[in-house]
Amino acid sequence: MTAAPREILRVTDLRTYFPVRSRGLIPRVIGQVKAVDGISLTLNTSETLGLVGESGSGKTTAARSILRLIKPTGGQIELDGTQIANLSQGALRPIRRKAQMIFQDPYNALNPRHTVGGIISAPFRIQGVEPPGGVKAAVQELMERVGLNPEHYNRYPNEFSGGQRQRIGVARAIALRPMLVVCDEPVSALDVSIQAQMLNLLKDLQEEFAIAYLFVAHDLAVVRQISHRVAVMYLGHIVETTTRPILYSAPLHPYTHSLLSAVPVPDPKIQMKRTRIVLQGDVPSPIDPPSGCVFRTRCFQAQERCAVEVPPLLEVAPDHKVACHFPIAAADVAASVRAGQLNVPATDPDAPEHPVEGVHFIEPGPPHG
Amino acid sequence: MIDVEEREGRARSSPERPFLSIENLSVSFNTEDGVVQAIDGVTLTLERGKTLAVVGESGSGKSVTAQAIMGLVKSMGGHVSGEIWLDGQELNGLESDEVQALRGSEMAMIFQDPMSSLHPFYRIGDQIVEAILAHRKIGKAAARKETLEMLKHVGIPAAERRIDAYPHQLSGGMRQRVMIGMALINSPQLLIADEPTTALDVTVQAQILELISTLKEEFGTTVILITHDLGIVADVADDVAVMYGGRLVEVGSTSVIYDGPEMPYTLGLLSSIPRMDRELPKRLDPIRGNPPSPINLPPGCVFQPRCNYSDRVRDGACLSVRPELLPTAPDHLVRCHLPAEERRQISEDVRRILAGASQ
Repeated sequence: MTAAPREILRVTDLRTYFPVRSRGLIPRVIGQVKAVDGISLTLNTSETLGLVGESGSGKTTAARSILRLIKPTGGQIELDGTQIANLSQGALRPIRRKAQMIFQDPYNALNPRHTVGGIISAPFRIQGVEPPGGVKAAVQELMERVGLNPEHYNRYPNEFSGGQRQRIGVARAIALRPMLVVCDEPVSALDVSIQAQMLNLLKDLQEEFAIAYLFVAHDLAVVRQISHRVAVMYLGHIVETTTRPILYSAPLHPYTHSLLSAVPVPDPKIQMKRTRIVLQGDVPSPIDPPSGCVFRTRCFQAQERCAVEVPPLLEVAPDHKVACHFPIAAADVAASVRAGQLNVPATDPDAPEHPVEGVHFIEPGPPHG
Repeated sequence: MIDVEEREGRARSSPERPFLSIENLSVSFNTEDGVVQAIDGVTLTLERGKTLAVVGESGSGKSVTAQAIMGLVKSMGGHVSGEIWLDGQELNGLESDEVQALRGSEMAMIFQDPMSSLHPFYRIGDQIVEAILAHRKIGKAAARKETLEMLKHVGIPAAERRIDAYPHQLSGGMRQRVMIGMALINSPQLLIADEPTTALDVTVQAQILELISTLKEEFGTTVILITHDLGIVADVADDVAVMYGGRLVEVGSTSVIYDGPEMPYTLGLLSSIPRMDRELPKRLDPIRGNPPSPINLPPGCVFQPRCNYSDRVRDGACLSVRPELLPTAPDHLVRCHLPAEERRQISEDVRRILAGASQ
């Protein structure tokens, strides 16, 4: 499983709008919620793209649209060489085995009236796949692989804890060896000790089967643990996207900065020293988004231009795109690191040996402890 | 400061109890499948004006402890034994209407889901006014004025207009603010916050935590924060109590718990969380296995089945003998059979591996 990475997913200008209807006897469409408004991304085999954002940012809608669980309004989705954005449900079926999903809530994602064996074997049945050695053997092998006892084949989901149910969901998702697994907040409903087990399991499976993950989550520390690249969403737009080491050490968008500074660090000494960028208010309603830059109403950098002109997502450095008129300069980042506003890991094993010149250059953070 | 009760009796001659003192509190529920021992012999004290964080995973008994203090367990069919002393008054022996009079005035609680304390049919202003009138004899107009003040205080923008809003018209963070305002309206001495920010986004979580700590300073409220998030504990708590399987397993001041935890479970929790301030480990080092079923707890140490070090204890004591919660240093209690030196060594090793990543 050491084939060279190749691109398996290319999403271009994906848009998913939901109509807003008037009340009354004959409802009319009076507006649109632009849940996802023109996002583009690519994903290679064995790669994890973290998609982060607050609730209402459109990250879940984007993930579901990419799998065609929601019909997108516009844009292209190319999965392993096939355009799937406009395919009919029937034509989609053979493609579904290439892309699977793991859901957030392990309690609602499994049918309580089906046995675990029935749940995990469903992909084989639906796709008409007869694995060598029979379905039952294949399912039990999967159960063993994800850390479940294969003897529990005939048990029902209610006999399992939350973490074990999530393992059932993972076994079902990887049953047909998909290329792409979309994980929608797969660990946020789990206790911390179980969450760490699950992250390790997902990493192991990726190494073994070269799966690409689109990992949707709001927890930036979790996303850092598993992702190779990260895209930050806000009100239906990707506002910044780059590699993990750069996003966590030298972000440019003010929103990324405030998200990172809001994450609490489990160490009272570090916590005391940090000054946070606390954003005011909530994410605005997507029915009536702000003009110009969607983030400007909460942005500490906002100026007049932001209200008028939509900032395009520009590649400011290799592998680093940001949509902002006034991105926070590297010098400011270094200053805020020194002031303790940003906590930057001293080194990252995957960081480029020589820091990229220009905007990415950043002084090493202060020693911790 | 937290202390065991017996030690306190010996050490101090003053008969005065601390502001909140929970003594040997146990709660059990009878269910179809058997008796659920939700909490078992919880003993802790809390000084006025301090913040205690109760940390644990689901099923650890942290929420039941809070509900027992609020007197909510009996109505849920639970059996409560032990004593709860709040400001010189014993709560567990009180009649339900007596507890009801204290609830909302002496002690108040906020929840993870604000809709569990806000009624969807009534305007938020009217709900807070009702909370005032339930406990104090003042006029409606005065109560409304006070409500408006409180809404401004907890940071509701355009409070004059929002006072007549229904809960569904507000965002999640805003509802959380309304609920905090409602909880504080009668200036309670004790505020219990049960996972107050779990349902919120990080940016809103930062706002709410800031609000709770400002209000705490201002009103001098004593706070019990129930959470699973060790990040926010580091942020706001003075003392930390770690619960597992219905028992306290480690109690100490926040700096002690983060700088020198000794119970293997606390160490496991700290090594399970992905951290942004450290170099990225290739893999996390989680606690193995799953939490125990509260119906069928292990006979010895509740954590034994998941513990990496129980084979180091002689005679397999972890399997059969229940360890006691014993002081290991000033302000630090641990429930573990391992000898203290060995615990400290393990703790040092684990923390070196964790921190080693940041070198």
